[in-house]
Amino acid sequence: MAKQWFKRDEKEKKSLLSDKIFKFAAAAAGAYVLAVILIIVLQLGIESMPIWEEEGIGFITGTDWNPVPGRESFGAFPYILGTLITSAIALAIGFPLSIGIAMLVMIIPKKIGQPLGYLVELIEAVPSVVFGLWGLFVFRIYFRDLVEKPLHDMFGDSIFLFGGTPFGLDIMTASIILAIMIIPTISSISREVMMAVPQQQREAAYMLGSTTFEMFRMAIFPYSKTGLLGASMLGLGRAVGETMAVTMLIGNTTGLRAIPQSLFDSSQTMPSIIANEFIEASPVSLHPAALVGIGLILLAVGLSINVAAHFLVARMVKVNEGPIH
Amino acid sequence: MTYTDRQQKRAEIRAMFKSNVRRRLWVDKIVVGTVIVCALMAIIPLIWILGTAVYSGVPALNWEFLTGKPGAVGAGQISIGPAIQGTVIIIALTSLIGLPIGIMGGIYLSEYGGNSRFAKQIRFFMDVFMQVPSIVLGIFAFLAIVLTLGYYTVWAGAIALSFIMFPIVARSTEEALRMVPWTYREAGAALGLSKMVITLRIVLSQAKKGILTGVLLSISRVGGETAPLIMTILGSNIFFSGFDSSTDALPLRIWRLSLQPYDEARIAGWGAALTLVIIIFAIHLGVRYFFLRDKSGKGLRGVLRG
Repeated sequence: MAKQWFKRDEKEKKSLLSDKIFKFAAAAAGAYVLAVILIIVLQLGIESMPIWEEEGIGFITGTDWNPVPGRESFGAFPYILGTLITSAIALAIGFPLSIGIAMLVMIIPKKIGQPLGYLVELIEAVPSVVFGLWGLFVFRIYFRDLVEKPLHDMFGDSIFLFGGTPFGLDIMTASIILAIMIIPTISSISREVMMAVPQQQREAAYMLGSTTFEMFRMAIFPYSKTGLLGASMLGLGRAVGETMAVTMLIGNTTGLRAIPQSLFDSSQTMPSIIANEFIEASPVSLHPAALVGIGLILLAVGLSINVAAHFLVARMVKVNEGPIH
Repeated sequence: MTYTDRQQKRAEIRAMFKSNVRRRLWVDKIVVGTVIVCALMAIIPLIWILGTAVYSGVPALNWEFLTGKPGAVGAGQISIGPAIQGTVIIIALTSLIGLPIGIMGGIYLSEYGGNSRFAKQIRFFMDVFMQVPSIVLGIFAFLAIVLTLGYYTVWAGAIALSFIMFPIVARSTEEALRMVPWTYREAGAALGLSKMVITLRIVLSQAKKGILTGVLLSISRVGGETAPLIMTILGSNIFFSGFDSSTDALPLRIWRLSLQPYDEARIAGWGAALTLVIIIFAIHLGVRYFFLRDKSGKGLRGVLRG
């Protein structure tokens, strides 16, 4: 009898130990993400140190880009600008479309709405390099001939936005492709956010005799504007970090020429210059450090946009019933 | 006020009301119409892309194209055999790293962390990390692995891609585990099982559908990723030749083909794109058909949408 008790104790101890190990392993796997973020930031920071020492804050504000040894000079400003412009245009086009899709999915019967929502989700599944391929070989040609050239011929001289020579590899094409790519992100999040508006609010609006649009205007939009802002920022974050499609479409100019003069000018974004030049950069020069520095800026921009977006969305989805503030 | 006056006033008000209602209904119709146009404007590019991929890609597809070795461009047959092989290898290695970490992380968030502050922070950082520009992960893998080892290796690519994979898997595993009723765990505890056994034997097996969904969707996401591969596996023209040399991958091959000014390269590019799209859509539609058909799976898809 006593022996058996003893045995059981051993067994229990063993299982307790394995339990502890398991718990520790799980917690370590959870904490892994923190370690990874920290290491990535540190690594990029250390490796880009030479360029910050060489150029200082001028690395952010400078416009030169000369990797020729002996005359090296690096400034990331045109690419930061290019990233911001393309993402902003993409958001300006993509956001209204996404909200429209989210509204449509909410108002049509579930039988049509669900497949439609799924179709939009499928856009996200298309790899960005395929978007790029399509943009490069198909969309660019049509867009150049049917939209850019007429606009350029009509307004090219009077409105600076339509100046330049329409070639198809420019800010506008890249932004439109980006806009399509960020639609699934924004529309699904904004639908979720609008769904989070209490059902009673919607019913109350209908009860007062409002039409569907008025219901959105009075009951849903005021309630969900924070969340919609967050959704659009998530889309912005996606646009900022998008690499392949933009690289294939933006024309890839460097230095001062990368600062666009019009919508039909080629340019360069932070991810695209990294994708284009990283492998060819000579390891003995400052060039790799400069590209890593751009990566660090990109990481900082991407992280801060996403952090802000998550706070906005989380605040919205948590909201409880009650009067509109 | 006489009777006729009142009558007139009423008619006026009624007319005002009618025209107001008419206007509001018109506005409503216009908005609904606009909203439908919005949906079309998003769906048309999708159909256009898929249509072009099929139209331009099908002529390129044949057995030699899918399995052979690429010859000299501009001279002969282009083939994506190494690219397909490389994509399979890299997805396998990525899963080898990413899945255990992701699933364990999900177990922690659901079973141990709960609503503690630490767990909330981890959840938050995973959500944020999911959206980090993927090329930055490529730079990191290049600096940390390729530079240290001195050669391009498929492991560098796999590690970069595992950074994309593990947060997705962790968050979807968490959602799946949370759907398992709490009473199951209590039943296990009443039988005297340890928490590890409860988690592994009861909870995980109940949630395996949901976990598999997350895993497959993360694989489809990783499979189309190009940017981090540029500086980690570099791409090559030959079949896999060891862990210390460069490897090819489908998305990377598509990009390289798109840069070449030959018509054959363009056709081959579309062939490769069609192959990639078919693989990824097969995963998506398969998941949809087998796992998500009846349930709404809202929470899970909510995670993946982010």
